[in-house]
Amino acid sequence: MAAVPGDISVTPPSGAMAARLAHRRSRILREKAIELLLFLAAMVSVFTTIGIVYVLVKESVVFFQHVPLLDFLTDTQWTPLFDDAHFGIVVLLSGTLTSSLVALAIAIPLGTLIAIYLSEFAPFSVREVAKPFLELLGGVPTIIYGYFALLFVTPILQWFYPELPGFNLLSAGIVMGIMIVPYVASISEDAMRAVPMSLREGSYAMGATRFQTAVNVVVPAAFSGIASAYILGISRAVGETMILAVAAGMQPNLTFNPLEPAATITAFIVQVALGDLPHGSVGYQTIFAAGLTLMLFTLACNVAGHVLRKTFREAY
Amino acid sequence: MAKAEAKGLSFYYGEYRALKDLNLVVHENRVTALIGPSGCGKSTFLRCFNRMHDLYPGNRYEGEIVLHPDNANLLAPTVDPIEVRMRLSMVFQKPNPFPKSIFENVAYGLRVRGERSRRALADKVEVALRGAALWDEVKDRLQELAFNLSGGQQQRLCIARALATDPELLLFDEPTSSLDPIATASIEELITELKQHVTILIVTHNMQQAARVSDYTAYMYLGELIEFGVTDELFIKPRNKQTEDYITGRFG
Amino acid sequence: MAYVKDLSAIRALIASHKRWDLVFALCGFAALMVGVLTFVALFADMAIQGLPRLNWEFLTNFPSRRPAQAGILSAWVGSCLVMLVTAFFAVPLGVATGIYLEEYAPKNWVTDLIEINITNLAGVPSIVYGLLALGLFVYQFGLGQSILSAGLTLALLILPVVIVATRESIRAIPQGIREGAYALGGTQWQVCRDHIIPYSSAGILTGVIIGMARAIGETAPVITIGALTFIAFLPPAPMKTEAPFLSFDWVMSPFTVMPIQMFNWTSRPEAAFLQNAAAAGFILVLMTLAMNGLAIYLRYRIRKNIKW
Repeated sequence: MAAVPGDISVTPPSGAMAARLAHRRSRILREKAIELLLFLAAMVSVFTTIGIVYVLVKESVVFFQHVPLLDFLTDTQWTPLFDDAHFGIVVLLSGTLTSSLVALAIAIPLGTLIAIYLSEFAPFSVREVAKPFLELLGGVPTIIYGYFALLFVTPILQWFYPELPGFNLLSAGIVMGIMIVPYVASISEDAMRAVPMSLREGSYAMGATRFQTAVNVVVPAAFSGIASAYILGISRAVGETMILAVAAGMQPNLTFNPLEPAATITAFIVQVALGDLPHGSVGYQTIFAAGLTLMLFTLACNVAGHVLRKTFREAY
Repeated sequence: MAKAEAKGLSFYYGEYRALKDLNLVVHENRVTALIGPSGCGKSTFLRCFNRMHDLYPGNRYEGEIVLHPDNANLLAPTVDPIEVRMRLSMVFQKPNPFPKSIFENVAYGLRVRGERSRRALADKVEVALRGAALWDEVKDRLQELAFNLSGGQQQRLCIARALATDPELLLFDEPTSSLDPIATASIEELITELKQHVTILIVTHNMQQAARVSDYTAYMYLGELIEFGVTDELFIKPRNKQTEDYITGRFG
Repeated sequence: MAYVKDLSAIRALIASHKRWDLVFALCGFAALMVGVLTFVALFADMAIQGLPRLNWEFLTNFPSRRPAQAGILSAWVGSCLVMLVTAFFAVPLGVATGIYLEEYAPKNWVTDLIEINITNLAGVPSIVYGLLALGLFVYQFGLGQSILSAGLTLALLILPVVIVATRESIRAIPQGIREGAYALGGTQWQVCRDHIIPYSSAGILTGVIIGMARAIGETAPVITIGALTFIAFLPPAPMKTEAPFLSFDWVMSPFTVMPIQMFNWTSRPEAAFLQNAAAAGFILVLMTLAMNGLAIYLRYRIRKNIKW
């Protein structure tokens, strides 16, 4: 029934029209509900970060009520589970730093070399095989690398230097370095491949060889990507656990000599977790304080990488 | 007098024959322009001169490109492409300065050729920048990154870079197609000046530019050289109907 | 040295430059070979030490104080069950996040926040996830040192991998297909359900496989939760003989996983236990290689078959 002009009341729609409108309303509601669900799923990542921060800070706050921050930063002994407990994080940091330096001394040169080789020199067939292979290498579980470091690499090193202890940072560092190579190589190579061909042509047109072009033009042009690859490598090295837990021993030792055994922050957490952890004890809180230190460092690395990318982003 | 000659040049991308039996004389200290519609092969032809095609797999040359005075065939398999590129220079369509300072960009070709002396480099860079009409604008900021220059300045930087090595033949691949009219005009003026010292071979999709700038023009179509002649004669009274159709804009 | 102009000098210079080219290419290839050799040595070491130990008893025995009788039954069953829970959480969450970010998310600070978080979480060391699980799942939420805690933790760990794979697969779908679907009157969800998800499913699957391969080898977070290293029993069976026929007791059960069992054996000095560790390691390497290899192969097939 049509509405008469001037008549402000409209009769409600009937029949098919009503059904379509009702259907449309419920469809809109359904769509909104689905979008909400998807949004909540996406927010899980935010919740995870909040969760991590909450857990680490909560336990660390309690920890620092028992242990003064100054002691934590300056004490040169780490014996948290003894009666006369010392909590000098520097001890664990030395292990982390030394092993990471060894690892990076291997991963950065090798990774960069491989990246330049694959990007500028290698024929297509070599690259097609090498890239998946590097992926496989990076996908090997770290416990296997740990076993390899302890039972294969250490004996070989001991053949050269018989005084090398069975647990040592060098062996773990070397294997860790090789584990990180695929990450550094693949990210650097992606950055180099993103450099447009026109830049390379400009260099070749001047009579340059592949090596000259790679070093003078491609690598500087891909600088921000390569730098992020290095920073990722640092982050991985510092956060690595199992290789060090297995091959470097878990004895805290304030040293910068890779020929000695030592515990890293990560290995310490594992060691405590393997034992009995009464919830609420100082020992329990210690691993969270150690974890917080670790987290702050990797966060700094991530931020540095982000800033680098933003500042030097070459828009190609 | 001929500086370079293409003799029976054919070029193949894999199985596809992109250039068909080209014969062209490039006169010394003159500007020779290659014109033609898109896809006619003019850039392909230009890139044969400095063996740029060798950078990519699957390409093949037939015929010769002879460089005078030593009559060397640049396309011979026994000739190293790098050697060819040391004798010729190229300016590309889109300015491609390296991620380095202005000074280092111009000096790059000299360093590749083994020049180490800082004094010699500084002198040659200045000469090149003057030759490219860029010196006055950048003389106080030679250490700045080349990326900071405007489009037209970047292209003049690329020209300076190409000039710094005293090339026997200077190749321009549509050098102004990505520039605004004012920058274009300044580059065209530059080319007219440069030809007194350097032989220039320029590809342009803009006929009027060829008419303004070149002494000789070659019209290409679908990989073939249709007509070649003195620019004024070719534009005013082309001998070939195809050329006339293109020039009068019946197709493009 | 004045810069060269005559041909013979040019040729000599080019020859010396090309020598550098060759040296560098050899160095690059050698660096690659270091990786290859390490991998070969690693695999061969596991195989040589571990293969002799591999037999049916090894696969069906529980761990034991006597190395000859020890087996990995509880470990590989535990790994399977944990993987089940991990996939159960990671796949829907990861795919949903990917779909939201690619199809629904507006350009505002909330979306930026989510993306920053995902990038950040990809770089967090795995042991920190373990601490998160210990503090939050095990104690705060009271889930205990169970398969559920482990599954949840590993799901969070591999979430960035699944999200990135989902986003990249979705991004590869050309806008024209979306527009065609919308033009036919589809709602946003209909387009996702009927087009976006099916077309990107192969890429998503690749990402899931890679994520699972990572999760199966993770040791640190699972140890931190308190997965015990000496488990001589299996979690309760999921099937019951009486109604309701399906049991979820296993989800809350203590457990162990393959990498932890290997770690446990590696920590013992007796050579026989080290051989057990090699055998377990060999199986683990084989599994991760197979999964990663499958993912690489799938990616290759996708690239070949799908030409948009």
